[in-house]
Amino acid sequence: MIPQSFQYESPGSLAEAISMLQQYGEDAKILSGGHSLIPMMKLRFATPEYLIDINNIPGLSYIREENGTLKIGGLTREAELEHSDLLKQHFPIFADVTKLIADPQVRNMGTIGGNLAHGDAANDHPAVMMALHATVVATGPEGEREIPIDEFFYGFYMTALQHGDILTEIRIPMPPPGTGSAYHKMERKVGDYATAGVAVQITIGDNGVVTAAGIGLTNVNPVPLRAARSEQALIGKPLTEATINEAALYASEDCNPSSDLRGSEEYKRSIVATLVKRMIHQAVNRANNS
Amino acid sequence: MGHSLKRKEDARFIQGKGRYVDDVKLPGMLYMDIVRSPYAYAKIKNINIDEAMKVPGVVAVVTGRDLEKYNLHWMPTLMSDTQMVLPTDTVMYQAQEVAAVIATSKYAARDGREAVRVEYEPMKPVIDPYKSLDPDAPVLRTDKEGKKDNHIWNWKVGDKQKTDDVFAKAEVVVKEQMHIPRIHVASIETCGCVADYDKVNNHLTMYMTTQAPHAIRTVIALVAGHVGLTEEKIRVISPDIGGGFGGKVPVYPGYVIAIAVSFLVGKPVKWIEDRSENLQADSFARDYHITAEMAGTKDGKILATRFKVLADHGYTDASANPSKFPTGMFSIATGSYDYDATYMECDAVYTNKPPGGVAYRCSFRVTEAVHAIERITDRFALEIGKDPAELRLQNFIKKEDFPWKSPTGWIYDSGDYHKGLLKAMDTVDYHQLRAEQAEKRKRGELMGIGLSTFTEVVGAGPSKDFDILGIKMFDSAEIRVHPTGKAIARFGTKSQGQGHETTYAQIIAEELGIPAENIQIEEGDTDTAPYGLGTYASRSTPTAGAAAAVASRKLRDKARKIAAYLLEVSEDDLEWEPGKFFVKGAPEKSKTIQEIVFASYTNHPPGMEAGFEATHYYDPPNLTFPSGAYICVVDIDKETGAIHVRRFVAIDDCGNIINPMIVQGQVHGGLTQGIAPAMYEELIYDEAGNILNGTFMDYLVPTAVESPKWETGHTVTPSPHHPIGAKGVGESPTVGAPPAIANAIVDALSPYGITHLDIPITPFKVWKALKEKGAI
Repeated sequence: MIPQSFQYESPGSLAEAISMLQQYGEDAKILSGGHSLIPMMKLRFATPEYLIDINNIPGLSYIREENGTLKIGGLTREAELEHSDLLKQHFPIFADVTKLIADPQVRNMGTIGGNLAHGDAANDHPAVMMALHATVVATGPEGEREIPIDEFFYGFYMTALQHGDILTEIRIPMPPPGTGSAYHKMERKVGDYATAGVAVQITIGDNGVVTAAGIGLTNVNPVPLRAARSEQALIGKPLTEATINEAALYASEDCNPSSDLRGSEEYKRSIVATLVKRMIHQAVNRANNS
Repeated sequence: MGHSLKRKEDARFIQGKGRYVDDVKLPGMLYMDIVRSPYAYAKIKNINIDEAMKVPGVVAVVTGRDLEKYNLHWMPTLMSDTQMVLPTDTVMYQAQEVAAVIATSKYAARDGREAVRVEYEPMKPVIDPYKSLDPDAPVLRTDKEGKKDNHIWNWKVGDKQKTDDVFAKAEVVVKEQMHIPRIHVASIETCGCVADYDKVNNHLTMYMTTQAPHAIRTVIALVAGHVGLTEEKIRVISPDIGGGFGGKVPVYPGYVIAIAVSFLVGKPVKWIEDRSENLQADSFARDYHITAEMAGTKDGKILATRFKVLADHGYTDASANPSKFPTGMFSIATGSYDYDATYMECDAVYTNKPPGGVAYRCSFRVTEAVHAIERITDRFALEIGKDPAELRLQNFIKKEDFPWKSPTGWIYDSGDYHKGLLKAMDTVDYHQLRAEQAEKRKRGELMGIGLSTFTEVVGAGPSKDFDILGIKMFDSAEIRVHPTGKAIARFGTKSQGQGHETTYAQIIAEELGIPAENIQIEEGDTDTAPYGLGTYASRSTPTAGAAAAVASRKLRDKARKIAAYLLEVSEDDLEWEPGKFFVKGAPEKSKTIQEIVFASYTNHPPGMEAGFEATHYYDPPNLTFPSGAYICVVDIDKETGAIHVRRFVAIDDCGNIINPMIVQGQVHGGLTQGIAPAMYEELIYDEAGNILNGTFMDYLVPTAVESPKWETGHTVTPSPHHPIGAKGVGESPTVGAPPAIANAIVDALSPYGITHLDIPITPFKVWKALKEKGAI
């Protein structure tokens, strides 16, 4: 388990990092938390010649609210998300998801930016970001640009990030009153990728009608998947067992899981349906108690 | 004895001061990495080392052709089969060693490995052991002259005619086909060595991860004697070991290659496996396909059992059993029950998978045996509608019937099975649980209660039956007490985490009255320790522990003589209490053991040999038979198949307990390694022989998160023949836990007509079974 030799760089500013990315081109990789990249390098599935460590760049790690928007720095560690009071208050889904990501040691290093930029449909944050209707900020040679989460994931390990881009921030609309969120995944053991995972955020209006819904699915599609039909089945209607079942059914139909050691395609669709129901209930309970 | 003395060895372990093989660094040391086969079965057309030799730091690439020149390309296994060190023509399993790269750093060695180009001609492998016996299956071991099939051996025991007759007439017969999955010990430390051959003195020092250093020295001498490495020229050092579990008993090709290279280049060579190599290439455990049958009466009396086994050994039989026992102690499969008819048969076959199988925390196939009997016993209870606890209580061998001769010939030394099970039932409030289960079943909820009441057979073993390659399975202790009354004791065993440095010291302290903290324990260096067969199969306390007690008693006899001399009384006038001899009726006239020892160096009786040392090689008169009663309670999520182990109670009987804390630690670890194959672990191969879960990402070793709260307890039935009445405990939990868990899960699912599931029982497997039965 020894990587191929590589050159290590540790830029002190974002501008320096971006210029290195431009200089080294396709042979360079960004090192953030390293918990996806380094295992791939040790197995020699990834063989970058230059490793650009962004951990020493100041100002990339924060969780704050600004003008109705939650902003999370790309270098924010999973452990910081797990223990943030701001998130606990408005986005209980973060405590759900971070606790299911690997183990405490990994969460002390792993970053939310890295989790998204890796572009792996088996990672947990993509589905959560879909449920929360997040926007990703990429900073490149031309400056900052915003990428809606639905336009971020392209294919297997492929994202809208261009070479020279660094994922610097995630922006999430602060939820209106009556909102709750929840995430759960079936995993074979702690730290495993999801057999299937479901993220839900739901807003119930004063009249009991669902005014907003976001549902994202983990590891049941080649790219992270929004369960759009399921969301539509809920929005504008009172929440009933019938609408919840409809949402669950659509999600199980619209995903594309493949059979593997975690279970058959049929099993995974069934888990998606079950988790959609359970996460809607969980999110609504939280909305009612908030 | 009986005190939870803190482990003496932990001071260095918890401070990072343990010394493992990979900590050994010698001047001029080279590093070895191994090229491995991507194919399960292929001819080697060509090995091109040109690019590898250009990698800076690479000094040599060794192939089977190189070893062939010294007749070192094959080696014997412990079961008298043969195994390739490096292949000359054919690879027989994926991840098999193909060539070794030697370099000045481990990084250069790995880069060199990546640069070796091997040209293969893949062949269609034999993966399914049942298909291995098909008449048209390719014969895998063409190296064996005249070999016409893939059959290795057939073994049988019991009375076939009598058993068949009982089955033919029985009111109830049940039968299940079960697979005990191929698993891996996955110890924290992988295997490795530093081979240090000194050309000038023609001497080899071998630092290696081995559970049996003395036996390994002998094996190396047998394999390499013809090139001048005779046994007195070999020193094997087994330093601190990070878990063995049977996986560090075999001699792996990497060790032999490292020795050969060090011999040829005259420099130390280090080889340390990485995790994937360890998991994919080192000996597996289990992999028994068992057809289990039980015959009995409608009211629950067990009358007979029949077991037919197909053993998948991979491409060579590299088991680590006593030589006369090709299936190890599988014949303990009659269990804890009183009946007299059984017949067991096993066929072993070759397939294109890694060789094995080792006794993973198991006294040689006892885990397989216990799973078979405990599962089929539950199946019988289910068939006749009887509570499985009641059925067990009805059939247990009674306390007063020990020593008890089993239908396969074992003499169970002692036991009180009723007491153990009743204690376990009391601990979980068994009848209350059954009432709760009945309520839940009415609501369609899945709750299960599983039992396992097993008998182990450990402490191999008596010399008339037990040997490995002819060497009898005794074990040894040598005690030297220094003039100031402090001692060093050395053993032929080797701790891999069991806590020998504490347990052995406690035994000697008990027998001699010298405080345990004043007794230094050493193992693992063949130049200093007495010969022994090593640590596995829960044998250390039954053999070397007994040797420590007997050697101590020899010293006590000498101490009595010296005390009599010093106190000027006759030996018969002296009485012993731990730590001193005193004159009967005059306790103020006494000599402490420290005074006596000092006198043995300074003022010993005329005619007596000076000094205070004793050695004993203990040949056990019988094996010991620990037992246990385990109860597992599970709740199952019907929609997802998720299994929650709500409670797990383990009542063990390992005879007299030396250190309760160490025993509890052993039980906790063993139970976790029991839940592992029951719910998580299995090495899975596809039809082409590719391993599908060759890393820890997919080979699911359970962690603290998966482990339930273990509730442990004891009954104490001393072994009548062991000097201190101890039986050994290291493996009981690993052996006893899987059927308790499997029985609990099947119990939960039984209302839907499910009578058996093979371990590991995963949520997906549960969901699939429920789906097939129309339950969801």
